[in-house]
Amino acid sequence: MSHLLEVKNLDVKFDTDEGRITAVENISLSVDQGEVLGIVGESGSGKSVTAKSIMKLNPGNTSYNEDAEIILDNENVLQFSSKQDLKKIRGGKVSMIFQEPMASFAPAIKIGAQMVEQLLIHKNINKEEAKSISINMLKRVGIADAEKRFNQYAFELSGGMRQRAMIAMALSTMPKLLLADEPTTALDVTIQAQVINLIKDIIKEYQMGVIFITHDLGVIAQVADHVAVMYLGSVVEKGPVNEILKNPKHPYTKGLLQALPDINNLDAPLSPIPGNIPSPLDRPTGCVFRTRCPHHNPEGKDGKIEMKLIEVEPGHWVDQCGIKCGQNG
Amino acid sequence: MGDNLISVNNVSVNFDYQENFISKKQKIHAVNNINIKIKKGSFFGLVGESGSGKTTLGRAILGANKISSGNVIFHDEERDYDLTDMNKQDLKEYRKKAQLIFQDPYAALSPRMTVRDIIAEPLEVMRITNSRQETDERVRDIAAKCRLNIEHLRRFPHAFSGGQRQRISIARALVSNPKFIVADESVAALDVSIQADILNLLKQLQTELSLTYLFISHDLSVVAHVCDVVAVMYLGHIVEMGPSRELFKNPKHSYTKALLSSIPSIDPEKRSEAIELKGEIPSALNPPPGCVFRTRCPNPGVDCKGGEIKMGLIEVEPGHWVDQCCAI
Ligand SMILES: Nc1ncnc2c1ncn2[C@@H]1O[C@H](COP(=O)(O)OP(=O)(O)OP(=O)(O)O)[C@@H](O)[C@H]1O
Ligand SMILES: Nc1ncnc2c1ncn2[C@@H]1O[C@H](COP(=O)(O)OP(=O)(O)OP(=O)(O)O)[C@@H](O)[C@H]1O
Ligand code: SF4
Ligand code: SF4
Ligand SMILES: [Mg+2]
Ligand SMILES: [Mg+2]
Repeated sequence: MSHLLEVKNLDVKFDTDEGRITAVENISLSVDQGEVLGIVGESGSGKSVTAKSIMKLNPGNTSYNEDAEIILDNENVLQFSSKQDLKKIRGGKVSMIFQEPMASFAPAIKIGAQMVEQLLIHKNINKEEAKSISINMLKRVGIADAEKRFNQYAFELSGGMRQRAMIAMALSTMPKLLLADEPTTALDVTIQAQVINLIKDIIKEYQMGVIFITHDLGVIAQVADHVAVMYLGSVVEKGPVNEILKNPKHPYTKGLLQALPDINNLDAPLSPIPGNIPSPLDRPTGCVFRTRCPHHNPEGKDGKIEMKLIEVEPGHWVDQCGIKCGQNG
Repeated sequence: MGDNLISVNNVSVNFDYQENFISKKQKIHAVNNINIKIKKGSFFGLVGESGSGKTTLGRAILGANKISSGNVIFHDEERDYDLTDMNKQDLKEYRKKAQLIFQDPYAALSPRMTVRDIIAEPLEVMRITNSRQETDERVRDIAAKCRLNIEHLRRFPHAFSGGQRQRISIARALVSNPKFIVADESVAALDVSIQADILNLLKQLQTELSLTYLFISHDLSVVAHVCDVVAVMYLGHIVEMGPSRELFKNPKHSYTKALLSSIPSIDPEKRSEAIELKGEIPSALNPPPGCVFRTRCPNPGVDCKGGEIKMGLIEVEPGHWVDQCCAI
């Protein structure tokens, strides 16, 4: 069976005043219907850029490599350029939930009006139908007084409520793929738990594919089926969530887990990963993690080893050097 | 008062609120009748959801917010300071001894000052040092303790990563040689690895410089790891307080339990054990009468529903305090 989404060998580069930045390099990912792919990694690792590429939302200074493919529903999104084509992905087959909910609502337009407008663009329905779909969706995400909220502005809602409204808007067009970029990071834990449960229910109900971006490994453990770990624009390890969190192979994945305060293991020391993330302007050659890697693998440190994922367990892929290092240390 | 550094006695902080100039004046009950004692050398944690009053209480203890009723006493070696009754000279002295580390390492640092000048500023403003040489010595000394080198001191803050900026903020807070530090969400904006580094640094500085912390955070895992005592706030009230391990192992209050169960477990096989709380935290303009948690409590007793029960902490184990209704 073909995947709902398949990203193959994607590079994303930005031209800036200081030079050309490689934000994403040689990434391959796939998402099936009804599946949640978690993307985790520190700030600047390229999570948002990857998600935006799928909707071609990166700005004008962006370039993609010729041989990259982003196949959504059997069409290569990277070939899309006409308004008509782009409309199919932006808010049509794909919807995005942004980290900052205020960013996706226009401040001066009522929530309902925005939902209706979006529906009218993407669905062949009239205003009345659009209104009733919107109100039902607001109810579905647990918003009390949906009719009243429909006529309010985003700033009039509390943080948790706004996040729900945004989810409702993203879902109202029934996308096949939902891109959720840190959808719970700004929320309190009790509200985060509500929103996570909501997203999980909805995925089940509508059988959509989801890319869930977060830097919180706990959230990943709760929502994802598969996980990709990103560092400085590269996927260094990917696989089933249980494998990645319980049997991590790459020194970076292990480092992230060791730095994390685990409430069930209070005696474990918090061990930071040594050093700092290099600037994307001087991205290390060879293994991107080598400037901070605690393992002493002379070949890796020289920058001579090419990055390449290999399969170590069924479905569990690790950068090839990562395995060598794992064996060494 | 022996080994306490700070005593917070029945402290309430209200803010005046008026929706527009014709509507009637209302009061925001940000902090209500709080009693805490912070031991010398303690890493005292304050947790709770957004709007629960953590920052307001922290600022009140620093003398940066007016205290509406009650008092805060700072027990210094030679004398006590009563924050509700201080003259200008006292306030000046107190400012040297009690400092704040900001949350946002990006917003807090002036982009036009060198790191040296940023760290030196409190010394100059408070006229603590008498010569440039003395200032430089203090700056270099504290910078080294925060793992910043002389090379760093000459640069501007934009050239630094988030973790380095936070170390600059810490050095600035510590340069006046304070005894008490309020760290308000000081690691919230940082990636886990940098967060681990900063938490370790705070711990190390605590021993080296005999510091006492009030550590404000909404991240319970972080608090559980670094704090020795924790107070849980909800809508301006402390609903539970106790030694960190005891409290996290043996939570008594329904709110604490719900909060703990909401922490996403790192184990993918332990999913969805969260006790789901209905709705959101009510407005501090109209807190519910009786137990403030009752509008969201998953298992309210008969008495609590009517709102007749008064709030107040009782001691259920040595040092472990819980709001009276749930403890019964
Ligand atoms: N339009 C742009 N022009 C230049 N550089 C960019 C642009 N957008 C992103 N970048 C750079 O690309 C890299 C990846 O950014 P991205 O936003 O994907 O990170 P992220 O993993 O989402 O981080 P965060 O967790 O902070 O959201 C960063 O170094 C960023 O500065
Ligand atoms: N200067 C002020 N004027 C009016 N109301 C205020 C003021 N400062 C805080 N409040 C109100 O007091 C209550 C407590 O706010 P506070 O900032 O102390 O909460 P917090 O626990 O620190 O929340 P967060 O986790 O979001 O930082 C809130 O209802 C807030 O809106
Ligand atoms: S061992 Fe080598 S290849 Fe593996 S992460 Fe470390 S530096 Fe990279
Ligand atoms: S006092 Fe009653 S309503 Fe409040 S937390 Fe306890 S049981 Fe729940
Ligand atoms: Mg991002
Ligand atoms: Mg605060």
